[in-house]
Amino acid sequence: MSISTSPALRLRGLHKTYANGVQALKGIDLEVNRGEFFGLLGPNGAGKSTIIGIVTSLINRSGGSIEVFGINTDEDLEGAKRLIGVVPQEININQFEQPLRIVAQQAGYYGIPWREARERAGECLRWMGLWDKRTAMSRTLSGGMKRRLMIARALVHGPRLLILDEPTAGVDIEIRRATWSLLEEINDAGTTIILTTHYLEEAEALCKKIAIIDNGRIVKDTDTRSLLRQLVTETFVLDPMQPLERAPTLPGFATRLREDGSIEVDIEKGVGLNELFHALDDAHIQISSMRNKANRLEELFLRLVDESKGRAASAPEPNEVTP
Amino acid sequence: MTKPEATEDRNQTGRNPMQTLRSISDEQRSRLSEAWVGFATTVRREIHRVLRIWPQTLLPPVITTCLYFIIFGPVLGDRIGQMQGYTYLQYVTPGLIMMAVLTNSYQNVVSSFFGAKFQHHIEEVLVSPMSSQSILLGYAVGGVFRGLVIGAVVGLVALLFADLPVVHPVLTIAVAVLTSVAFSFGGFINAMVARNFDDISIVPTFVLTPLTMLGGVFYSVTLLAEPWQTLSYANPILYMVNAFRYGILGRSDMPIAVAFGVLTLFIVGFYMAAMWMLRRGIGIRS
Repeated sequence: MSISTSPALRLRGLHKTYANGVQALKGIDLEVNRGEFFGLLGPNGAGKSTIIGIVTSLINRSGGSIEVFGINTDEDLEGAKRLIGVVPQEININQFEQPLRIVAQQAGYYGIPWREARERAGECLRWMGLWDKRTAMSRTLSGGMKRRLMIARALVHGPRLLILDEPTAGVDIEIRRATWSLLEEINDAGTTIILTTHYLEEAEALCKKIAIIDNGRIVKDTDTRSLLRQLVTETFVLDPMQPLERAPTLPGFATRLREDGSIEVDIEKGVGLNELFHALDDAHIQISSMRNKANRLEELFLRLVDESKGRAASAPEPNEVTP
Repeated sequence: MTKPEATEDRNQTGRNPMQTLRSISDEQRSRLSEAWVGFATTVRREIHRVLRIWPQTLLPPVITTCLYFIIFGPVLGDRIGQMQGYTYLQYVTPGLIMMAVLTNSYQNVVSSFFGAKFQHHIEEVLVSPMSSQSILLGYAVGGVFRGLVIGAVVGLVALLFADLPVVHPVLTIAVAVLTSVAFSFGGFINAMVARNFDDISIVPTFVLTPLTMLGGVFYSVTLLAEPWQTLSYANPILYMVNAFRYGILGRSDMPIAVAFGVLTLFIVGFYMAAMWMLRRGIGIRS
């Protein structure tokens, strides 16, 4: 298959059974198109990091196949690796090395000669706002700087596929938002991005396509918009100008009064917000502000994971695929 | 959801490197040249590490060996008398240099590779297209560098205490290089299977040190009674020490060809074992 037409990543029947017998992946089929910003979501232990580990060859797979831009990793692992940049979940930089050296060395591992490697490293560090820290010991960098250093390191060889495993885990909101902006810029430049995250608002904000994985299986793989359309109801919290003493009766809407005097309103799929505001007007309730009760994707995610768990509980466990 | 703002300290050049940096996949570099650059980068990194932490890597072995020279020279050496026609200090000096070379080659690789495993930055290398061969040889050259630098420094210090004729200079250097290569590969294997810091000290403490002490550094194996003399021939370090002593003093307890044979056997054996483990990902991949 030509590199120009093949998907950025294609997984077929990916299985992983660890030495302790844990079946982390039970047949993952996944396709990520070129240029996509792809989200891989799932609860803890679902298998997200295992997928990333296998794709980046940090974990040996038990079965299945991987293609990166049409390059089968069984046939040309080194060729496939050249196209990938990875930012792992855990901080994995050499704490006793300088950022400039860390990034330049990474370029060297990809076969980029030292002089050019240093130039590329400098460019990446400048872009990440780390140029002033280029000769500092990495252990002295803040958590956010270390994250950015890992991103610089992943970008230095110009990967076509950037894989980030929970890049904003444990960082403050400012750094998280800055990272989002950064990733959008990288994606805008044509780099395919695969992101795993626990923060569902992150996936909703960034990802055009989302796959939800649970218990080693893909339970949903679709574009974000379609996924959100599957929401049956959405709950909003409305803050009235004057606190209410009881939940108002709004025809066509279920309402509940909250302790702070605000109200929760369930809006069913297909019902516009205008209708809600008409009903509020009719009830002479003035609203000062409104917000989603929960992230929309979060609600859907929980529902899908619950459904997946229900199916897993009722279905017999399939036989393990021989590695 | 609104698009988030970037923090003020980013975009110092205003350029997105993904728009300016060419992907290596677009460049026409041969795999061989990439492998060479990967290897050279690893060597550069390892040498930089040795020099950066010289108070830990270079100084202690030099001080330790100097103490040996003082003890076996002015303090004890004169009372022991001559050994195979040389002063005792002259006799033990090649063994002391070789001891410094092999232990430091071993420890450099084991500590560097295990440190990378422990901090997980070995993943930098593992996710890259570097071949197993480049990785192994890169680390090994780092070990050889440290071993030979310390060997050279110890040798220079030794000249302050004893005359060393260096009868066969090329052979001396060859034995030092081959020994450090063998023990660098050995250190690599140890680091791969090590799961904690205890595991990287077990082999040096319980295997390497006893074998070195019993490997003819301080005595001629011909002085031993049976069965200890025969048993000593099973100690590979005996061959390395004797070959090195032959290079410097022109004296050896066994044929040099046999010593080179043993050295070659160990290099090939350790290399193949390390390559097999690296390709299988033992200790580094789940």
